[in-house]
Amino acid sequence: MSVMSKERGEETTITPYRDGPYLVRGPFALRDPDGDPIPVTRRTIALCRCGKSRTRPYCDGTHKLIGFRAPGVLETWPPERPEP
Amino acid sequence: MSATEPARPPAIPAAEPPPGGRLTHLPEPVGPLTGSLFAALRGDPAAGLEAMPAPGGGDPLTDLDLQLALYCCYELHYAGFEGVDERWEWSPALLAFRAALEAPFEAAVSAATPANEPGELGNVGESLQRIVAEDDGPPLSRYLETSGTRGQMLEHVVHRSAYQLKEADPHSWTIPRLSPGPKAALLEVQFDEYGGGRAERMHAVLFAETMRALGLDPRYGAYLELLPAPTLATVNLLSGFGLHRRRRGAAVGHLAAFEMTSSVPNRRYGNALRRLGCGKDVTEFYDEHVEADAVHEAIAAWDLAGGLAREEPQLAGEILFGARALLALEARWAQHLLDAWERSRTSLRRPLDGD
Repeated sequence: MSVMSKERGEETTITPYRDGPYLVRGPFALRDPDGDPIPVTRRTIALCRCGKSRTRPYCDGTHKLIGFRAPGVLETWPPERPEP
Repeated sequence: MSATEPARPPAIPAAEPPPGGRLTHLPEPVGPLTGSLFAALRGDPAAGLEAMPAPGGGDPLTDLDLQLALYCCYELHYAGFEGVDERWEWSPALLAFRAALEAPFEAAVSAATPANEPGELGNVGESLQRIVAEDDGPPLSRYLETSGTRGQMLEHVVHRSAYQLKEADPHSWTIPRLSPGPKAALLEVQFDEYGGGRAERMHAVLFAETMRALGLDPRYGAYLELLPAPTLATVNLLSGFGLHRRRRGAAVGHLAAFEMTSSVPNRRYGNALRRLGCGKDVTEFYDEHVEADAVHEAIAAWDLAGGLAREEPQLAGEILFGARALLALEARWAQHLLDAWERSRTSLRRPLDGD
């Protein structure tokens, strides 16, 4: 997924990494449902994709402990190949 | 944040640091290799080296004389030593002596590192994930989290200071040796390691702050004389990978495995320090690494290591070797600590003062 920032003309990208988190690069704002900013301390952030991080919405590496599996590309449904 | 933290242990007086920023003193020699080397380093590089002793026949991974001599040869490329002429860095005689130390060390590392398996080289990112997942190194971080003492935690910090006070520097040697894709990935990691443009957020600076808050001496190289061979070997492994262009694949694999095995143990070290009553000024380094390395591991495994393997497929084996060599030497180091503590001994060469 990617959008263009009107302010800086710089692309924002969200990349799902295989068996791991979403990495967000480029200009972005992270806000809670009330619109308040969630502190961001680095240029590139990793957002939890496995749901088990203890620092959500950020990734803390827990996906490795729970054997989280997910592709780094678009998943299709129904599967293109029949399940074995 | 650290300025408001109460009950900090007495600060180490900042008295008489050697001139030159992170310059350190040459340590005391521990055998024939360091004896000859350190005596020569106090002299004129133009004089070269006298006939130097050859490394002994023991295990290079536990040979303190060899590891300390090699560490100090490499250190000439980082911060140097007080009273040592800076021209020694590129003295042909010194480089020849260093090569004589590197040869048995490299052979021992290869012997201690499991061989790559057939079929692993096609997808380096996936292979790195599996290598790290299947690693069953000693449970050092779990031990410290649940039952480590304050003294043991301090020793752990002292061991790690050999690398953490120059964290990211050895991998930076690799930057000019990479093509644009993997280079950009490495720089994305390194930019974060170096504080994102803010010196006070630099990971090496955060580690110094942790040492200071624990009442340890945060100056670069302050504990060099306390470090045993298995600790020095973990840093020499990386310096060798970083300084030799031919090992750039191993340096990249080392960084990937380092980042992939970092976030969970660092959370445990932070938990250990909180259990021991330490505040944010102490735990910030570890807390920062939980999130930072969760970012870095994805970049290092897929964009850096995977990217390098796509650009230079002949390096795939070296990349996986670097990852496996890191895990092998870290396991030996962790076992050294746990063995010493099980016998109620210090894991350092000497106990920390007043501990």
